[in-house]
Formats: sequence, C-alpha cells, structure tokens
Amino acid sequence: MKTNIVTGHYGSGKTEFALNLAMNLKKENKKVSICDLDIVNPYFRTNDARKLLEENGIKVISSQFANTNVDIPVLPGEVLSVFADKETYKIFDVGGDDDGAIALGTYFHYISKEPYNMYFVVNTLRPMTSTKEEIYEMARNIEAASRLKITDIVNNTNLQGLTKAEDIVKSIKIVDEAAKMLGVNVKYISGKKEILDNLPQGLQNKRFNLDIYLKMPF
Amino acid sequence: MAKVLVKGNEAIAEAAIRAGCRLFFGYPITPQTEVSAYMAKKMPKIGGTFLQAESEVAAINMVYGAGGTGSRVMTSSSSPGISLKSEGISYIAGADVPCVIVNIVRGGPGLGGIQPAQSDYFQAVKGGGHGDYHLLVLAPSSIQEMVDLTSHAFNKADEYRMPVMIMGDGMLGQMMEPVEFPEEEENAVYASKEDWATTGTKMERKHNIINSLYIDPNTLENTVIERQKKYDIIAKEEVMYEEVDTKDADIILVAYGTTARICKTAMAKAREKGIKVGLIRPITLWPFPTVAFDKVCDGKKKFLTVEMSMGQMVEDVKLSVNGRGEVEFFGRTGGVVPTPNEILAKIEEMAGGAK
Repeated sequence: MKTNIVTGHYGSGKTEFALNLAMNLKKENKKVSICDLDIVNPYFRTNDARKLLEENGIKVISSQFANTNVDIPVLPGEVLSVFADKETYKIFDVGGDDDGAIALGTYFHYISKEPYNMYFVVNTLRPMTSTKEEIYEMARNIEAASRLKITDIVNNTNLQGLTKAEDIVKSIKIVDEAAKMLGVNVKYISGKKEILDNLPQGLQNKRFNLDIYLKMPF
Repeated sequence: MAKVLVKGNEAIAEAAIRAGCRLFFGYPITPQTEVSAYMAKKMPKIGGTFLQAESEVAAINMVYGAGGTGSRVMTSSSSPGISLKSEGISYIAGADVPCVIVNIVRGGPGLGGIQPAQSDYFQAVKGGGHGDYHLLVLAPSSIQEMVDLTSHAFNKADEYRMPVMIMGDGMLGQMMEPVEFPEEEENAVYASKEDWATTGTKMERKHNIINSLYIDPNTLENTVIERQKKYDIIAKEEVMYEEVDTKDADIILVAYGTTARICKTAMAKAREKGIKVGLIRPITLWPFPTVAFDKVCDGKKKFLTVEMSMGQMVEDVKLSVNGRGEVEFFGRTGGVVPTPNEILAKIEEMAGGAK
C-alpha cells in the first residue's frame, strides 16, 4: 500500500520501524517519502537520520524547526505535496500516544481518500503498554485522536541490547490478545536480525529485521 | 522484578512512586515533560495527587507546604523552571523541609534551548537561591542510576530534613535503557517527623511551625550555624563517586552524567592508543568528592574536566586538586553534546600530541 502510517506509545520504536520501512521500500526501487509528524518530542526523531535517508534517495519532510532549538509544534506545509504525488510511497512517522496522533487529524481528508496501512507499534516491556488492556486503551485513544483505523500491529518488544528471543516469545500472547480485542492482526514481529534468528519456527513468517539507525553519542 | 525499557524521565517518576511519593506538583517544560506526564497518568490510579500548577513558582510553594507535613513530595523542571523555583527552594532549605527537586538540564542562559546541557552546575551546588544553604545534589549517569538515586534522594531528604536535587540532562531524560525497579517501598527508609511536621496537634501537643523567617539576627545566626553542622556531617558521610582505572593513569578525566558516559568511550580509545587514562565521576555534586582527588593526586597526574558548559565543575576540581596537578578543561555548550573523538583529541594534546 502507498500510504503507511506509523503510530504507537512514545518509545515503542515507531521511528526505527518507520526508517526501516522506508529503507526496505527503497531497496525495491520505489519512490519513497518519509514525513516526520512528531509534534510531541524534539529528541530522537526521523530528522536525526535525515542524512542517511537522503543519501539513499528518500525524501525527508520534517519541520524546518526540528532539531533546532525552537520548541514549537509545527507541521511542515510540504507534507501536502506527497498527497499530490501518486507515484510516491508515503510513510508518516507520528508522535507518541494520542497526543502525537492529533497531528494526523490535519491530513484526515487526504489520507482517508485512499486505502492505507496504519501500524501500531508495541513494546510490552514499556510501561503503559505492558498488558492487553493497556495496549487496547492506547490504540483506541490513538484512533480517536486521528479519526483513522489501526490496520496492523507491530510487535516490537525489546530491551535494546539485552533483548532475548524469550522476551519476545513471552509478549506474543499479550500482543495477540490485544490485537484480537482491536479486531486486527499482528503483521510483524520486529527486532534485530540476530535476535529474531532465535525465534521459534512458528513465528519466523512474521519477522521484520530492524537495522538500528538512531545512535547514542557514546 | 524483571527488566523494563524506560526513558530517564519515566524512570524518575516511577521510582519516586515506588519510594512512597504520592504528591507531585509541577509545570511542563522540555526536556523533562515526561516526568509530569507520567505522574499525571499514574497518580490518580494509585490514590496520589498530580497537580499542574499555574507556574513553577506556585508548584514549588505547593511542595513547600506538602513537605511541611512530612509527606514525600517531588517537583521536576528544566533549567529556566528551576530558576523560577529558586526562591521557594531557598525557603524550603531555610525551613528545614524535606523534598525532592528534579532538574533535567537544557542549554541556557535565559530561555536558552531544549537540548542537553550541564550549565546549571553553579546554580545547583553554589546556591541558586539566596542565603547560606546547600542542596544534596545527585547526578545519575544511566537510567538505572536514575531509579536508584531517586529512592536515595527521598531517604536522604527525610533523614536530613532538606531539599535534595536530582540533576540530569536532556539526554538522560530522553534516552531509554532497560532498568529494574525496586518493589513498592522496598528501599524506603522513613525518618520520624512528629517533632517538627505540621500533621495536626489533635489538641494534644504544641504546634509545630514551618518557617524560614527569623527577625532577630542572633536567632537567625544560631539557626544557620546549627544547619551548617548538618551540612558538615553530610560532607563527610554522603559523598558518592565512581572511579575507573585511576591507579596507573597519567591523565584522569573528571565528568558527570551523560558526559561521563562519553568520557568512558574516549578513555577506551585513548588506552587503545597507549595513553593511560582514568576517570573520576562525581555522583554527588554537592558534597563534591574531594576525597577522590586526595587518593590519586601524586603531583604527576594531569586532570581533564569535561562538561557540557563553559567550565563550572572545573572550579571544584581545581579546589580539590589544590595545586597537586595540572587541571585542564574541555566543554561544549548550548545543547551541543561533545563527541568521544573531540575528547580524545584533547587527551592526545595533553599527552604531548598524537602517538
């Protein structure tokens, strides 16, 4: 699908998933634009990977104030240009929680005209999304704020460098049950390749390898 | 409890709750807002109070009032917000009221910026507010340490009846790491509050009074001197620091918080090149770990203080080294985070050029 929206709790791994989605589409020689709609948090966002994305021929649309010190939640006017371009694959990296999803409301009339994927990224080892009830509540709040429907769940359960395959295995039941409550499917189980390699055979068909693009300064 | 993945700001909020804090008064400001946001979501569910005040000035005075009852109370802010709170912090110190204040530092002065900085060191350890007072100032360097030092902060605030500051920077507030939280109140040590806190007399005892006003100079002097005795004990008993590979080192880096993490990477790179580098990482910024320098100063070792400021802690490093070694400084400021290679270049320069 041409329109891909990435939502979730802040810190769930939305931006890493969005970056990988963009890079994967580019590898298939698609025309790709990534729109940074994060109006919530000025740290660790798509714009941090701008250089890498642009070197790979991916168009980055981000607030002109992102990563400057101007602490105002503005959306770039340029976002509208991606709707006019029928060729381009669009990825919207949305800010965390329902607060971040409000930004999507601005584009409701453009997005809802065509079919779209709206991903909800979940890490059950984060507070506020550790039970099926919490995940359900967060997802419904995001839908209400954006007026759009979540279509797919991405299980991105991780503890960064300490992640073990068994952490992911433990999360499967929680995320699957939350997905059932929401009436959608878990499309991907995402993580670093070397960790996903250790997942049981039955889960391998949903794996989504993540390369980590946002790095710490130390 | 099993590990979870949290942001620094969330870590402080959850750790405070587990330390028995049920009162939070604050006002949002980047890059600390998740502390408030977390408290806003969690406190109503556990019978606590989250209140977003009309300003930082109001918030700190609510903390003053709540702390006066001996209840565990916290507020958090970032640099400009702490400046606004400084009058209240001085009153709280002057009334010997316990509380925990979090500063997730951003670039300054003025409104400055929203990226990480360490340029509030002077404000935290040399006053900020007016009068002869100190805060116990704790500087975590990892998210786990943010959890651990939050429990510690509440215990020490109670023990010494004083405001304790947890000072992080925007990077620590925003970054995520796996941590293990203690169980509810697992680490909480409460001090007796009956003889001073305003908890209601039930008409059975004299009023306890929370006050920082002493019109008679001699009374005020005696009160300040008494409080100073407490500070002298803290300076002896409460010093915390980390020391890495200082024994054989020719150059010792001195850094706290995020900068200490970057220094560790620079240190490893320098050792690969055959330059013997160590690190002293103050965990308490006040009291400053002078004792760590007494242990290593031999007249030959050089010191390099690295900060996200124009050079503030370096003054305390110089006072601690006290002429027993050369002290140099490297800093970036305004929200710019130094890179390991920049620090390495400075180390190489001190070691007499690239080897």
